[in-house]
Order: sequence, then structure tokens, then C-alpha cells
Amino acid sequence: MSNVTGKSHPELAADFNKDEPRVDWHDETLWWVRAKRDIAAHKLPEWELLRETASQIKHNVLSNLYTYLQQFEANAQKNGVVVHWAADAAEHNQIVHKLLSDKGINRMVKSKSMLTEECHLNEYLKEHGIDVIDSDLGERIVQLAGEPPSHIVLPCIHKKKEEIGDIFHEHLGSAKGESDPKILTETARQHLREVFLTRRAALTGVNFAVAETGEFVICTNEGNADMGAHLAEIHIASMGFEKIIPERKHLGVFLRLLTRSATGQPITTYSSHFKKPQEGREIHIVIVDNGRSIQLGREDFRNSLKCIRCGACMNTCPVYRKSGGHSYHTAIAGPIGSILAPNLDMKKYADLPFASTLCGSCSNVCPVKINIHEQLYAWRQVIVKEGYSPASKTAAMKAMAFTLSSPVLYRSAGKMGRVVFKYAPFAVNNKLNPWYKHREMPKAPEQSFGEWYSKRKEGQN
Amino acid sequence: MKVALFVPCYVDQFYPKAAIATLELLEKLGVEVHYPKNQTCCGQPMANSGYEHLTTGCNNLFIDNFIGYDYIVCPSGSCTLHIKEHLHSPEQEEKAVDIRKRVYELTEFLVDVLKVDNLKARFPYKVGLHNSCHGLRGLRISQMSELVAPAFSKPAQLLDMVEGLELVPLSRNDDCCGFGGTFCVVEEAVSSKMGIDRVDDHIEHGAQYITSADLSCLMHLEGILRRQKSDVKVIHVAEILNHYSNE
Ligand code: SF4
Repeated sequence: MSNVTGKSHPELAADFNKDEPRVDWHDETLWWVRAKRDIAAHKLPEWELLRETASQIKHNVLSNLYTYLQQFEANAQKNGVVVHWAADAAEHNQIVHKLLSDKGINRMVKSKSMLTEECHLNEYLKEHGIDVIDSDLGERIVQLAGEPPSHIVLPCIHKKKEEIGDIFHEHLGSAKGESDPKILTETARQHLREVFLTRRAALTGVNFAVAETGEFVICTNEGNADMGAHLAEIHIASMGFEKIIPERKHLGVFLRLLTRSATGQPITTYSSHFKKPQEGREIHIVIVDNGRSIQLGREDFRNSLKCIRCGACMNTCPVYRKSGGHSYHTAIAGPIGSILAPNLDMKKYADLPFASTLCGSCSNVCPVKINIHEQLYAWRQVIVKEGYSPASKTAAMKAMAFTLSSPVLYRSAGKMGRVVFKYAPFAVNNKLNPWYKHREMPKAPEQSFGEWYSKRKEGQN
Repeated sequence: MKVALFVPCYVDQFYPKAAIATLELLEKLGVEVHYPKNQTCCGQPMANSGYEHLTTGCNNLFIDNFIGYDYIVCPSGSCTLHIKEHLHSPEQEEKAVDIRKRVYELTEFLVDVLKVDNLKARFPYKVGLHNSCHGLRGLRISQMSELVAPAFSKPAQLLDMVEGLELVPLSRNDDCCGFGGTFCVVEEAVSSKMGIDRVDDHIEHGAQYITSADLSCLMHLEGILRRQKSDVKVIHVAEILNHYSNE
């Protein structure tokens, strides 16, 4: 979602942190999901082998993308599916709009698709008089709240059940003050059933597209993708071009990894395969680039296209857990979003690669072994070189580099005020000294180790 | 065996005691330790901020100081990792490669190279071990909870040799403390919150001291503890391993 506030990650995260009990709740909820993932992963002794295999399969895909995409297109067409290609978000949205307007359809049901978030499809269709209802429960909640999802798997993880109760009361007529998840889910189910039965068009995402067969697979826990797609006369599937896998047997690897990484479940409740349209119905696939080929060409960052959108890197990321998904002001939040977003707009997302301690937990939890934290480090270098770093920071870094390159300067600066006070990371922005807001400064000792050591040497002589 | 002691800039300036303990400990274990006196900094503060291109001076200085030793030992996982991964020099890349292979964080040096299996140390306190991310996931001095693999911890293995020391269990064994170099000021709000939560985990489990193989994390946690006027103290692992008390 675009950064409507114009605020950067540190500012948005600071806003989020004003309510500490909420931060604790958010952090604990996601940590609980991460813990469930750990239990599920540790039940499979072959887990690390699976990760390596998945990573290698995707490596092969990225190296032969053109071939696999062509193969997929040909097979899908043979199955009677119409394939469209979209260079960017605008083209994707136009294609979807045209498919609907050609049939005179002005209401569509949509299951969860982060790609359509990336393309801002809902807003676009709304502007063109088409009503879109998100059928994934979490997506529907944020849609009713007028917010973007804050997590790619758990779109409304930032909302407490009481808040959801209020939204349902306002929009779906549930009782005031009702916050029992069971009752709220039932309310949503009734409401969505009506939607499924009356919409003529359904849009879904794609989790995996199999080149060998031209089929595609959608994973949901609520069965909402199936419900929409099976009842509608036209099913549109939007997929980023990296969703391709070579063969059907590879699904065995990815389906085992995906949900274990995402929520700790052994498999999603519904892994639905779509291959051919039913009699008298249509299936369309829109294959989207939207910056992906640029990322493919950036050697240091191309691995990010292996992502299967499980969200594990978000759940494990201490920064995500304590700053909330919306602080990333992009459709895909968290560690993976922070390496995808600068590819789309380096200036707008220059803050994101810095929203990390480089702890490396993301890279090691990632089921396809994306070296996320190394890419964050690499983006920082690119962003600085491209000039998207504050001038004051550059000046401080130059002074620091100059001092630290000279033993004499270093020692005298150290004596003068313990060099680190002057130039150290935590004192770079010394006007406001953000370190001091919640932390005491280290106490400076009388002498440095270097000074102690020379004295000891003298004593020995 | 000729060993060079690499004391990172902030340890040199703020935590000389940890460096002294490292030196004394290595000497006690019979190692001949040299301290190249013109050393300054590994360059990490610049590099992690996106200014790796400004680290040439630091890198060349590092190479001049540390070339020719069998091992380079450092009481900081983070700086060790930086050298291991990012020490480069267009003019003397061969030397850089050589150094990258020889640099060790203190606890991994004690366990892997010296193969220490007993220590004359006593520290009769309850201690929480903070796993620094760079030590843990970068240098693999302990096993991280993300991976499906047998657990181990080089610092814990050493701390277990210390008489009277009781390691307290933690709820989250390897969550990041939120220091992260410039992250701690750029992202002050999240950084502080992460530090507060780390500290709480140790306090809730009754730790009297928080130790780590990384002083940068400890500096951060210490700042929070002191702000909270807590009695809990931070101490570098070298200071514990070098400590003998009859208390
Ligand atoms: S980067 Fe890895 S961990 Fe993160 S969402 Fe993608 S596949 Fe999952």
C-alpha cells in the first residue's frame, strides 16, 4: 500500500510503539506462530534437505524462466485457459477490468492475492465502478476497516478480536460488543455465502504454476478460492511470473514447506488444483512482471524471487514483530518486503533495508533459503551510492572513517572524549541523541585498553 | 603459536576490562599474545550503514596490523564476523583472504583451537547467556533455533566449566537484543523495545548477570538496565572465564 502518511519506517514504528501493551500483544501473537512453525519443522528430520531442494528448484526456475513460462503458457492454452501477459501493475489492472467489462460484470469476488495488493487492483476497479469483495476472512476484515493487510499470510494480525467485533457490528450487523471469534466467523460466513452465490466473476492468486501441465495451485485454509472460482462464470488468476515450478512432482516439496513455515500446519486445508475451465466457463491467467525482470537482472537480489510468500520471515523478525506490518508502508511488509520494495522505488523505500538489525533470523527460517539479511546489507550499499542517504549521515560517516583510518587520530580522539562518544553509531545523530531516550550512555573508563597495555609493557621493561 | 589480540574500538574505549580479561585468560592458557598497537576499528559501523566504500582505510590498516599471525582472536562476535565476511583490499586482496581465514571470536578459539576442557574459574552467580546474532547465526558459535539441527553452544560449554555458575534458562533463547549498530539510533523506538524485552527475559528468570560473547549487545542491554536502575549487571564472557572468587 502506498505510504499515505509520508512517514518513514522509524516514524511509523515509533507511532506503533506508543502503545506498549499492543506491541507486546503483537509480538507474542507472532512469536506464537513462529513457535508453531518450529514444532512443525522439527518434526521432519529432512527439513533442511527440503529447504535446500526447494531453493535449488527455484534456482533452476530463475535460470530458465523463459523456457518454463513458455512451456506453461503452451500447456495452459492446450487446456483451454486464456493466458495474458502484463508488463506492470497498470497493465494487469487494465486486463482484469477489460475481462469484466466485456461481460458487463460490475461485481467480483476475490480470494487472497498479494499481487493484487501490489498492483492496487481493488482501488483501481472501484474507481471504474466495479465492486470487489475480498473473501478471505482476514482480508475482508481489513477491507471493511479500509486498511491494507499488515501481513502476507495473516492480513489482520494487527487487529484484536474486540476491534474486529466493532467492525462487524458496523458493517455486517453483528451484535454490539460481540467478540467471540466463532460467532464472528459465522457472521462472515453467512455474509460471504451470499457473495459467492451472486458474483459472476472470481479472481484468485496463484501459489504454484506447473510448467509441465499448465495447471496452477491455490492454497487457502478457508476454501474461499474454490468457492468463488467454482461458482463464477469467469475465473481470473493473477500470478507473478516467479510462481512457476517445472514439474508436478515438485509440488511435494513446496506444499510440505509452505504451511509448516507459515502457520505450523502440516498442509493447508485446501490445496486446489485448477487445470481446465468447466463447460461454458472461462479461466484466464494474467502473468505479471511489474519489476520482477529488473530484480532478476540484479544479481545480488535475484534470489528474492524464490519467495513463496509463507510469511515466516515476518513472524521471526523481531523488528517486524515490534513495529507492525503497516510501518513498512508497502504491500509486502517485513524482511522480504524490504528487499522487494526498493526494486520498485528506491527513493520511496530507501528506509526499509535499514529497518533491520541484520540478525539473520529471516534467512535461516526461510523455506527457500533466501539470503534476506545479506540482501538487506547489499541494498544499503546501493541506496547510499545512489544518493538516497541523508547528507548529515554521510558527513558523519566520512568523519568517522577518516578518524578510524588513522591510529594517531583515533588515539587522540579517544583521549579527548572516548572516540566512540563522538562518532560511534549510537551518537551519530548527537543533536537529539536517540540512544539516551531509553538508555544510559556507557560510562567512560579512565583509560582505554591500549593505554593500559602500553603501561603494562613499560612496567615489564 | 603466534596470536594477535584484536580489540574492537568500542571495547578499547569503553570496556577495557573485557579486553584485559581476554588477554590474561589467553596467557593463562599458555598462549603467546601480541597486541598490534596501531589497530583501531574493523569498519563495521560504516559498512552496515551502507558506507562500505569508505572502509578502505580501515581495511588496509587492519591488514597492516594483523598480517603474519597464526590466529587473530577477538572478544566480539560481531567485529569478528565483519572481518570474516567483509575484509577486502583491492591492493592486497591475498592478505585480506589470509586474515579472513585466521580471525576467531574468543569462545570459538578456546573451544575449536585450544580445545579447552577445564578452566580454573569460579563465579558463583546466576547468569543469563545472551546469544548475539552475529556470533550465533553469523559465526555459528551456537546453534540457532530456526534450524533443524542438534543444539550446541560454545560459550555455554565454557561457562559450564566455571565453578558455582548457574546458567538460567530463557523463554526466547536467541531473539535479537535490538542493538544493530546504527539501527539503535535510526530505529530508536524498536531498538529500545527489543532491548527492554531481552532484559526482561533474563530478569524474569532470576539472572544476576547477563553475559555474552559480544559487548555491543551488552552495551545496549547495560544502557537499559542502568536506566531501569536494575541491580542486574552485564559482564563479558571473558571476564567470567578469567574470574576466580572465593565468595
Ligand atoms: S522470503 Fe522466505 S520466509 Fe519470507 S515469505 Fe518468502 S519464502 Fe517465506
